[in-house]
Amino acid sequence: MMWNFRKYSNEIAVISDKGERITYQQLDMFAEKLIDNISERCLVFSLCTNSVASVVGYTGFINHRIVPLLIDSHMDPDMLNSLINEYKPSYLWIPENMAEMFSEFKSIYSDFSYMLKKTNFDVAYPLYDELALLLNTSGSTGSPKLVRQSYSNVESNIKSIVEFLALDESEKPITTLPMNYTYGLSIINSHLYIGATILLTDKTLMEKSFWSFFKTQEATSFGGVPYTYEILDKLRFHRMELPSLRTMTQAGGKLSFNLHKKFAEYAMDTNRDFVVMYGQTEATARMSYLSSENSLKKCGSIGVAIPNGKFSLIDTDGNAITEPEVVGELVYEGPNVTLGYAQCGDDLSKDDERNGKLITGDMAKIDEDGYYYIVGRKKRFLKIFGNRVNLDETESLIKSQFPGLDCACAGVDDKMYVFVTNDLLIETIKKFISEKTGLNSVAFKVIMIDEVPKNDSGKTLFTRLEQYYD
Amino acid sequence: MTNLEKYTNVFVETFEVDASEATGLAYQSILAWDSVGHMSLIAAIEDAFDIMMDTDDIIDLSSFEKGKELLAKYDVEF
Repeated sequence: MMWNFRKYSNEIAVISDKGERITYQQLDMFAEKLIDNISERCLVFSLCTNSVASVVGYTGFINHRIVPLLIDSHMDPDMLNSLINEYKPSYLWIPENMAEMFSEFKSIYSDFSYMLKKTNFDVAYPLYDELALLLNTSGSTGSPKLVRQSYSNVESNIKSIVEFLALDESEKPITTLPMNYTYGLSIINSHLYIGATILLTDKTLMEKSFWSFFKTQEATSFGGVPYTYEILDKLRFHRMELPSLRTMTQAGGKLSFNLHKKFAEYAMDTNRDFVVMYGQTEATARMSYLSSENSLKKCGSIGVAIPNGKFSLIDTDGNAITEPEVVGELVYEGPNVTLGYAQCGDDLSKDDERNGKLITGDMAKIDEDGYYYIVGRKKRFLKIFGNRVNLDETESLIKSQFPGLDCACAGVDDKMYVFVTNDLLIETIKKFISEKTGLNSVAFKVIMIDEVPKNDSGKTLFTRLEQYYD
Repeated sequence: MTNLEKYTNVFVETFEVDASEATGLAYQSILAWDSVGHMSLIAAIEDAFDIMMDTDDIIDLSSFEKGKELLAKYDVEF
C-alpha cells in the first residue's frame, strides 16, 4: 500500500472549503466503500477536482491497485470522449453534475457528490503489473499520449520530497494547482504520506474566499507555477498578512530572474522558505530543488538533483559534459523516472522502457558549485501557465478544424503565437483554440500572414516568425 | 465618455463581449473571465481610471456590479 492511513487514524487528512473534515481513518473507510464496487484490478478514469471525493477516489484506487487516469474535469468533452474510446476504462469516477454527459453508462455508486459509472466496453486492455497511474502531459490538445507511472516511482519521489522539504505532520498545504497536474498531485501524495492535513479548494488566488479559507485554516504552504507568482506579485502579496505561512514552492516552468529574486528576498525577510524546483511528469514529479538558504545566492538556478537522483549533461553526440558553463541536454537518473509513455490501450501492458534514465529535452548548464540552470528547450512546446502546450499538436488541431488553412504555432512561455493565412477566420480560430484547449485568449495571439515561411523541404522556418512577437 | 461607459468598455475589450452582455458578468461566468482574465481586467481598470487598487479590492471584484461598488473607494463615481 502506498499510504498507511491506519498509522494516522484520528488525525485530519483533508479539510475542504465546503467545511468537510475527514480523518485518515475515514479516508480509508470511504475509499474501501468505493472500491467494494470494483471487482478486480482495472483502468478507471478519474475526473479530478480539488475535493474530498477526488482524494478518496485517487488514494483508494492506488492503495487497492486499481489504475486511475487522472484528468481535469474541465477537459473538452470531445477530447475526453476520444480518450475514453481509445483506452476503454472499466469505470469512470466523475462529479455528479457530469452524469448526463455519460448517461449511456450505468451509475453504480455515489458519495460526496461524485459518481462511479460502469462502462460497457466488451474489452479491457491488460495492465502491466507495476503500473500505478496515468497522467497526461499535454492534455489541452487532446493528445492520447499518457505518462505511465509505477508504484515505486510514486513512492520514491514522495520519499525524496519529504526529505528535501523536511515535511512533517504539522504541515497544512493549501491546493493552488489541479490534482491531475503532476505538481499538484505530488503535494497531495507527499503530505498524505506523513500524516499532514491538506486544505482542498478549487478557488483561485483571485478569489476572496480562497484567502479567507487560507487564513481561517492557517495554511502553512502552497505551490505555484511561474504565472502564480506573477499573480501574487500583482496582488502585492508581500503586504498580505499570512502569519501561518511557512513555505512557498515553485515549479512548472522557469520563473523570471526578477520574480525569483523578489520572492527569495521576501522569504528571507519574513523568515520563510522559498524553494524553487524542477520536474516533469516523466520523472513522476520532482527532479531537483534549490534550497531556501541558497535561493538568493543561486537565483535563476533549479538547484541540485533531489535525494536519490542524479543529473548529468550531454552534448549532441551523447558525450558527457563535465566543464561548468557549457550548455548540454539535461539527463536525469533516479528511481522516479517513469516507465514510459502510452499512446494507445495496448501500451498499458508495456513494462519499464526507461530503466531509470530520462533524457529531459531541456538544455542546461552547471556552475562551478554544481548548481544547474535551465537555458532552453529542445522540443517544440511552450509552458503556458505551467502546462505544456505542444506546438505541433496545436497546429494540427487547427488545421484539421479549418481545412485549406495553413498555420504555424510558435512563441515563448505564457504567450503562444498562432500564424494563419486567412484573416477572415481570426476571431473564429481564437474562439476555437480557447474552447478546445481551455487557454485564456490572453495567452495567445492569432496573427494573419500571407504565407507560412518554409524551406525547400517544406519545414516551417520558425525563426522568421519571431519578428512578430511583442 | 462617462465613467460607466469607460468601465463597461474595459469589460467589452478585455473579454470580447457586447456591452449588453458585460453588465451581467461575474467571475468565471464566461471562459474569458478566469484567473488569467481577471489580471487583465484589473490592469485595464487601473489604466482606464488611473488608479492602483488594493489587494482586498482586487480579490473582491467578483462581478461587474461589485466592481462599480468598489471603485467608489477610488473616487470613481457612476
